[in-house]
Amino acid sequence: MAGDFIRQLDDSGMQSGRGILQRLNIDITMLCLLLLLCAGGLFILYSASGQNMGMVYRQMVYLGLGFLVMVVVAQIDPRWFQMSAPWVYGVGIIALILVLVAGVGAKGAQRWLSVFGLFRFQPSEIMKLVTPMMIAWYLSSKLLPPRLKVIVVVFTLIMFPALLIFKQPDLGTALLISSAGIFALLFAGLSGRWIVIAIVTVLAVAPVMWYGVMHDYQKQRVLTFLDPESDPLGSGWNIIQSKTAIGSGGLEGKGWMQGTQSQLEFLPERHTDFIIAVYAEEQGLIGVLLLLILYMLITLRGIYMASRGRDTFARLFAGALIVTFFIYVFVNIGMVSGILPVVGVPLPLISYGGTSIVTLMAAFGVIMSVYMHRRI
Amino acid sequence: MSFASKDARIEKDIFTKRAYLAGFFVFLLVCALAARMSFLQITQHDLYASKSENNRVQLKTVEPIRGLIFDRNGVLLAENLPSHSLTIVPERVDNMSQTLGLIEALVGITPEERESFEKRVTAYRRPYEAIALKYRLDETQIAKIMVNDYFLKGVQVEAELVRHYPMDEDFAHVIGYVGQMNEAEKKRLDPIQYKVTRRIGKIGIERHYEKELHGQVGYQKVETNAQGRILKVLEKQSSIPGKNIILNLDARLQRTAMEAFKGRRGSLVAMDPATGGVLTMVSSPSFDPNLFVNGISYKDYNSLRDSLDTPLFDRAARGQYPPGSTMKPFLGLGFLETGVTNWKEEIKDPGWYMLENDERVYRDWKRRGHGDHINLRDAIIQSCDTYFYEMSFRTGIDNLHPFLSKFGFGQNTGLDIANALPALLPDREWKRIYRGRSWYAGDTLNLGLGQGFMLATPLQLATAMNVYAAKGQWHRAKLVQFIDNEPLVEETKPDDILLKNPENWDKMNNAMEGVIKHYLGTARGLKRNLKYRLAGKTGTAQIVGIKQNEEYDSEALLERQRDHALFVSFAPVDDPKIAIAAVVENGESAGATAAPISKKVIDQFLNDDRPKGIAYDF
Repeated sequence: MAGDFIRQLDDSGMQSGRGILQRLNIDITMLCLLLLLCAGGLFILYSASGQNMGMVYRQMVYLGLGFLVMVVVAQIDPRWFQMSAPWVYGVGIIALILVLVAGVGAKGAQRWLSVFGLFRFQPSEIMKLVTPMMIAWYLSSKLLPPRLKVIVVVFTLIMFPALLIFKQPDLGTALLISSAGIFALLFAGLSGRWIVIAIVTVLAVAPVMWYGVMHDYQKQRVLTFLDPESDPLGSGWNIIQSKTAIGSGGLEGKGWMQGTQSQLEFLPERHTDFIIAVYAEEQGLIGVLLLLILYMLITLRGIYMASRGRDTFARLFAGALIVTFFIYVFVNIGMVSGILPVVGVPLPLISYGGTSIVTLMAAFGVIMSVYMHRRI
Repeated sequence: MSFASKDARIEKDIFTKRAYLAGFFVFLLVCALAARMSFLQITQHDLYASKSENNRVQLKTVEPIRGLIFDRNGVLLAENLPSHSLTIVPERVDNMSQTLGLIEALVGITPEERESFEKRVTAYRRPYEAIALKYRLDETQIAKIMVNDYFLKGVQVEAELVRHYPMDEDFAHVIGYVGQMNEAEKKRLDPIQYKVTRRIGKIGIERHYEKELHGQVGYQKVETNAQGRILKVLEKQSSIPGKNIILNLDARLQRTAMEAFKGRRGSLVAMDPATGGVLTMVSSPSFDPNLFVNGISYKDYNSLRDSLDTPLFDRAARGQYPPGSTMKPFLGLGFLETGVTNWKEEIKDPGWYMLENDERVYRDWKRRGHGDHINLRDAIIQSCDTYFYEMSFRTGIDNLHPFLSKFGFGQNTGLDIANALPALLPDREWKRIYRGRSWYAGDTLNLGLGQGFMLATPLQLATAMNVYAAKGQWHRAKLVQFIDNEPLVEETKPDDILLKNPENWDKMNNAMEGVIKHYLGTARGLKRNLKYRLAGKTGTAQIVGIKQNEEYDSEALLERQRDHALFVSFAPVDDPKIAIAAVVENGESAGATAAPISKKVIDQFLNDDRPKGIAYDF
């Protein structure tokens, strides 16, 4: 199984270089995989941005900053995360409320909070880390596997940030934060019974909502959300163009910077959310499979690192983060290839944009910290 | 639940189990994505490859260059000049009012330009289609737009070929003009050939020969981006330019005629008796056809439309006038042909004529009459009305109508003058249908003077004179001589006129020469400096009914109520080269207005010593 392969990567070779990196609490395997992904990402971005070198430079700055954040976060003992979890969570919720009351917006959504006019930040980004941290803190103090009362509290803890972010509105982030919390619960040993009950409940409630509660316009919205191609001039345009880009790439692709769909600007959001379509068009299925394998290796390595954590809090926190990282990948590629609804989720570490890079690298910092502080 | 019961080992085992499970699901989901990608990139590759190709490659239609129009000597009458227009692609403009504001500050926008632009933006159109805001930018304006290109997203300066008529108003009615295609025309025309054409012929030659002038569209296979901007030309099929048209008309003769009419309303048509080719066709006053090419402004259009002088009206082909005494040569031949008189018979003219059982007095234009010995020749020379009353009465409408029809009256006999009116040659049936009354003898008398119900256009009069000059040999009037070196063929034409006694042609010519040469001739004023043999006939057409016994006082009438003056003529008599009909509205005396104008044109034509068939400029 793939997990065995990942374990074999651990602690093998590279004895000479280990000294400094180990003192910096950096896992060499994960670092190499991340560097490979980021370097490849820069090449993809250069093509996807229409050979915009300025954009590539800025992305390099974001990545540099991201790696710096990762190294800094990796130095923090997981115990510090555990101790500060409820406080940070409380501050985060207040920040989210402030965003709704006094936030700064762009494109019809309020996501930013301006601090004394000095700088702006996005509380919802921080909550991507803080929510699983809070759930892990709560669960680590309870008897596991969790009982119903604990499950109810966990869902309440998830609901506060999720609803506040959904209000902004930012459905994608709200869903990802919710899933991060739920993954912590799953890693804590949530019984299969509850999972079955949840699925059955959703299946039972859905028709009641559909036929009894929802108005026609709401139904229409849901339908368009689930099947964007029914609206070819709106959100469907993006999906039709991205599928055309991917499909026309074939097995070997059209070659780097040769993708007509992306270079001729038929593809929307080509350097952000839809960047995988550029890559698939230019590098073909072979390139796509290589990238998927790279993402899978990072995820499996991350899960392994989380499992080696010192205590329950550390394992749950790191485990939730790495699985959420994979969910980003899955939702993004699934959306661009037309099997999932369109929600604004970037492709981790490849899509252009500083905020998501810094948050993701901070998460990898947490995973490094959990893994490297295992023996104390 | 208590902390005491927590077991770190159990929790670690749970996590490890779940971690394996998570790893397994990650693997499954990666496989799902790989399967989806394989489906798109392998199974459906062909479908999406062709979709992507269709996205990338577009077929652009290339507008053909419109054919040129020349006069008979190769003078350019309609050309295509490069013109720069300012166009906007609304889809690419972020803030339209800001963009328009900047353009206004740079090069100015008139309210009309703005209105017409906004109308076309809101009308149905293709996305990413450029819409013109200003036409005919000068060098300074182009430079100002180019320099500010950065601030003017979606604004372009486009060069295109625009029709231009260098002779301005001289040929406005004959050649017509091209103008912006309207929705109805767009539906009527071939959607492929006219896909990118913006202007089509609206009147005149431009309209009648639209098909020939337009040419065949070409295409370009181009690679475009999502904004429709052309990046690369992959394949090209050139358009085929429209055919060039060479007219029978003579630009210098046209100019001479226009100048001769300066300040007067009227029309003159000159034809070549050997071919029927129209040498000159003017309608005065005229207008500048160039105004219409880019869409005439409301102000200009209203002033043209509302002018009392009706410059837009094509008097030559559509102006219907009572032909008056210019009918007399044709009528005279009709009398002879019917046999009611001969060249020798003389009548007495007391200055009036009366029918039996009719109270009405039919007056001669000369109050005291033309004397006691008036034969047909005298009657032509002096334009004796009494003679024609008498002979028309004798001949009768049933003989006059068929004979006059042979000269093309009451029909549009022009070959390529589509909008010409047939005017009216009345007969018994016409009067019964349209007036609900039977034909009276008095109607025949009026017809005998070219008055009453009868109407003719200057083109009809010229055609009749042309057939007359060719001694009955018919040629239909034609504006065009060659289309791309192919001569215009006359497939059908009216029957030639065969007189029982062909000598009557010469005798009538002699009488018509007398109109100018004889000391009593009504156009004797033309005698001076006449270097060729000229035959003609004057005519006046009353436009205000004069009551019985009322003194005709032209001074009291407003200028616009004066009689129309007409003159038909041809020259040289022994070898006719040009036949003319001229109408001067409210010209009053034909001998003083219509006749001298005609003579100027004939002088110009016959004394023109330029080498034939060689292009020149003037």
